[in-house]
Amino acid sequence: MTLKLGIPSKGRLMDKTFQWFSGRGITLKRSGSDREYAGAVDGIDGVSLVLLSAGEIPRELAAGRIHLGVTGTDLIHEKLPLWQQQVQQVAALGFGQADLILAVPQFWVDVDTLDDLDAAAAAFRARHGHRLRIATKYHRLVRDFLRHAGVADYALVDSQGATEGTVLNETAEMVADITSTGETLRANHLKLLSDGLILQSQATLWRSRVAEYSKAEAIALDQMLARITG
Amino acid sequence: MTPSRSATLARAATLRARFEDAGGQVVETPVLQPAGTLLDLYGEDIRARAYVTSDALRGEQMLRPDFTVPVVQMHMEHGADPARYTYAGEVFRRQEQDPDRANEYIQVGYELFDRSGSAAADAEVFALIAETLKGLPLHAATGDIGILMAAVQGLNTSDARKSALMRHLWHPRRFRALLERFSGRASPPPSRQALLAQDDPLHGHAPLIGKRRLSDVEARIDVLRADAMAPPITTQELTALEALLKVRETLPHALERLRDVAVDLPQISPALDRLAARIKALSARGIDTDALDFEASYGRTSMEYYDGFVFGFYAQARPDLPPIATGGRYDALTRRLGKGAEIPAVGGVLRPDLMLLLEEGRS
Repeated sequence: MTLKLGIPSKGRLMDKTFQWFSGRGITLKRSGSDREYAGAVDGIDGVSLVLLSAGEIPRELAAGRIHLGVTGTDLIHEKLPLWQQQVQQVAALGFGQADLILAVPQFWVDVDTLDDLDAAAAAFRARHGHRLRIATKYHRLVRDFLRHAGVADYALVDSQGATEGTVLNETAEMVADITSTGETLRANHLKLLSDGLILQSQATLWRSRVAEYSKAEAIALDQMLARITG
Repeated sequence: MTPSRSATLARAATLRARFEDAGGQVVETPVLQPAGTLLDLYGEDIRARAYVTSDALRGEQMLRPDFTVPVVQMHMEHGADPARYTYAGEVFRRQEQDPDRANEYIQVGYELFDRSGSAAADAEVFALIAETLKGLPLHAATGDIGILMAAVQGLNTSDARKSALMRHLWHPRRFRALLERFSGRASPPPSRQALLAQDDPLHGHAPLIGKRRLSDVEARIDVLRADAMAPPITTQELTALEALLKVRETLPHALERLRDVAVDLPQISPALDRLAARIKALSARGIDTDALDFEASYGRTSMEYYDGFVFGFYAQARPDLPPIATGGRYDALTRRLGKGAEIPAVGGVLRPDLMLLLEEGRS
């Protein structure tokens, strides 16, 4: 069998990943048409390409169905509570940088820190009869972060897209989302909390600690690692 | 080796029968609980500890994370007091950090609703659990959240500060940070100082979006301004509160220490009288109180609904195991669930599977 390398199947993340590997003498390409999710690897023996959605790569690594995979730190930490035991970071790829942050409306001049947020949430609940709602798709990371900080009286509401718009639509009072430049936040009249950085993420190559490695796969892995780190 | 399910169930039945002999009326509660009540009580954190499921008709439901809440609800709807209840069944706890912790296990419990709210009720529950666990190599820890509550409520400071401290009684880190600030040991963050330095911080503000309105922001600025004017909590009170939190002794010595603390925090004296009465009631039930440990901070991290006497039994040689039994007084919970009504209540639960595990290890 061959060493399985999981790569995001579309978009900028895929293109940049292809570039990163080609800079190390490994050519990855999609075979056939653009619509076909099959790929080929040149420049190294015993490695096969598996094209997957970036969101599925953590699960596949944790199940040992792929040996190596490229995905963001944010998705690994959100989806794999025991990620240290399941995967090993091989290389940070230097692109796809994004921060998971907490953001509130700019006109909340009274809220700059988690301490302010906690007090504002308590007052909000007393006045409006429900908890202060935070729209996010990163439930586990946000909840762990707020619990550790001792923030209470909030509720998470699920938002799988256009999260910044939830405040305007009054389906949430604030957001926890990924941002790289902060432009979307500013355009939606939101600002960062000064101590609300939950996680700094970037595209990263991970190795599965639980996958089984045959002799041939172990050799291919060594060659791959030598090429990448050398 | 993990005890088999049938052995655990058999033990659970024996324990429940024993609690029945002690006067407990057997109750059953549904496994699926409406999520709203639990979320309202525990906040978002409960989602990390309980399994949530849903359907289109009833909305979000939780797999019973404990029996206390449904038993309280049942009693407050149609129970007459005093009442004693016992139950045995599965509870479900989501585990995301430690794969060795069970996500489903059997609990056997005993709850006592008694309007006198007496030390005798505390002692009855503790002694019953202690007697049931007799012979196992366990260490008992006790505490009393009511003493800390009384200390905070009697502080010589604003109501806003007191309620902020009360809200975070169960979050020791934030409680600590608030105390540092309210006593003037830590200065407010620069952003707060800058805000309060402005005459009209909302001048030329950004667009008003969301359900938290301008009036909410204005109201909080007023609160912050008032807070900035409030005098700090005195060193004397702060030192006494710190001394209180550090008390960790066997019961009679702990009481002596706390009586010393009460010189500077006289508001805790009624709670200390209740502690003294409890020591007496425990002794009358045959508990060796001279050897029983008391920690003033015990129960502050995980027992959010307890507001008086708290206790736990731990396996001495197995610090990796969760407590074998826990319990305490939860008068405030009955107030929250009772829609205006309330009834003093105290209870405890134990884990038959862990009891079997320890017995096996010993033989």
